[in-house]
Amino acid sequence: MDKYSILREFADSWFLILMTLFFLGTVVWAFRPGSRKEHNDTANVVFRNETTADNDHPQAEANK
Amino acid sequence: MLNYFKLVALGIVMLIAAIAANFARDLAYQVHAILILLASFGTFVWVLRNTDEKPVHVDKNGYMDGVVRAGVIATAFWGIVGFTVGVIIAFQLAFPSLNVEWAQPFANFGRLRPLHTSAVIFAFGGNALIMTSFYVVQRTSGARLWGGNLGWFVFWGYNLFIVMAATGYVLGATQAKEYAEPEWVADIWLTIVWVAYLVAFMGTIFTRKERHIYVANWFYLAFIVTIAMLHIVNNLSIPVSIWGSKSVQVFSGVQDAMTQWWYGHNAVGFFLTAGFLGMMYYFVPKQAGRPVFSYKLSIIHFWALIFLYIWAGPHHLHYTALPDWAGTLGMVFSIILWMPSWGGMINGLMTLQGAWDKLRTDPIIRMMVTSLAFYGMSTFEGPMMSIRAVNSLSHYTDWTIGHVHSGALGWNGMITFGALYFLTPRLWGRAQMHSMAAINWHFWLATVGIVLYASSMWVSGIMEGLMWREVDAQGFLVNSFADTVVAKYPMLVVRGLGGVLYLTGAGIMVWNMWMTIRAGKVVTAPVGVPTQ
Repeated sequence: MDKYSILREFADSWFLILMTLFFLGTVVWAFRPGSRKEHNDTANVVFRNETTADNDHPQAEANK
Repeated sequence: MLNYFKLVALGIVMLIAAIAANFARDLAYQVHAILILLASFGTFVWVLRNTDEKPVHVDKNGYMDGVVRAGVIATAFWGIVGFTVGVIIAFQLAFPSLNVEWAQPFANFGRLRPLHTSAVIFAFGGNALIMTSFYVVQRTSGARLWGGNLGWFVFWGYNLFIVMAATGYVLGATQAKEYAEPEWVADIWLTIVWVAYLVAFMGTIFTRKERHIYVANWFYLAFIVTIAMLHIVNNLSIPVSIWGSKSVQVFSGVQDAMTQWWYGHNAVGFFLTAGFLGMMYYFVPKQAGRPVFSYKLSIIHFWALIFLYIWAGPHHLHYTALPDWAGTLGMVFSIILWMPSWGGMINGLMTLQGAWDKLRTDPIIRMMVTSLAFYGMSTFEGPMMSIRAVNSLSHYTDWTIGHVHSGALGWNGMITFGALYFLTPRLWGRAQMHSMAAINWHFWLATVGIVLYASSMWVSGIMEGLMWREVDAQGFLVNSFADTVVAKYPMLVVRGLGGVLYLTGAGIMVWNMWMTIRAGKVVTAPVGVPTQ
């Protein structure tokens, strides 16, 4: 088989499966148990460190 | 010691630029060589003046906001330039005599059109992305921008690229690839600047104090990395002469077309979408005073967008030499893309949950919400237009132009204006913008301008599509091309007027920014004065 056909077959099968699984993995990862606390903390990052690095917020110790 | 090496290197660059200006085979190349000569001379003088001087004390704990301030000004400046050229070419289409004889060939529509697109996308949008990414990555990482003056190199280097691109178009140096028109010298320079940008951004993330990387930075990073890849692959070309601007593409035929639209659509996907979503995920929660609606949704939004956008390019090449399967692939992925796009829009809009009253009182949040609404509209319209049957009507018509502008003026423009209104008082230590009423005026002028623009282009585009395909009982085409040009004259005028309104709004914004920066009273609360 020429290079195009080999790559094409690989792209249509194994790599497609790999990418689909990776994507589904990210969804599962986002909903994993215990992610809520971490996500709430991260979503509030925008309200910290406004004028300078803020090391006083409750999570700062845990983050170090 | 390092400064001596810098001086030697800059001296060599100046020498080569001078030789290049002398041997130049075309005017654009000569102007670019002189530009590089001047830029390296300016840098040489600057480095020389700082050599063997006592280093100025820099507070390493503070954020590096000087480069963000410069970026805010550059964004506003290029916005006005880009919108003005846009209005000019809009009226050139309505009134061809505006292609005035004495300014030929430089002010021809064909040369001003890429000047407009690059000025708004790369100069206005690019400066907005670079400066907001520098602001956001420092705040969400709790760390100073990495790499010392690397941020300044990125700012000046990128704007030098813009000037090279703009002068190149007017003087006729183009490789005729839409949104990738600059010739090889400018392309190589952009590659260097972009790598420096990636290094400065990554360096800041690596030195972050927060454990998690906030989602806005994911989008910014995807934008930086993907644009690097797209830019390099689409600009693979061999210069005809090292002393001339002309180059020849490595790919040819349908492969070149596919590479170009793989680039072109992902410039939309990663420059105008992922990068601006990074802005959205920071500035909307900040302005609303509430964290993003769902952080989980933002993660899924990110990965879905990244995985899907890269495939959508072939929908630009329906009914061409491109194989049907490739077109179908692009079309299917474009339609699936609707999901993450609307997921992101909903995530942004729902962030206002419990704070919807701000829409009444805060014109900045109103701008951001309108931008999200236009994001939703254009990401619905886009997949619809990518369907082969719809595309057979819409392709090559003004509908496409209307679609692009509802996205660019509505989504990219409005979110950038929102970010500028957010940043200007904070960066210059003011409590708020000079005039809230002026923001309101800007909002309404811009919104009405977009509505005029998009609706006139829908009418014009669908009319063109229908006229082009109309056949009589014998199967002959009813209309000539010139018939459609005559028929769309009123719509072209309305479109130009929409552009005038949009430009006027931006002019009011610049006045407002000027007054905030120059004439506002200095306050220390409630927003902190940034340190540098």
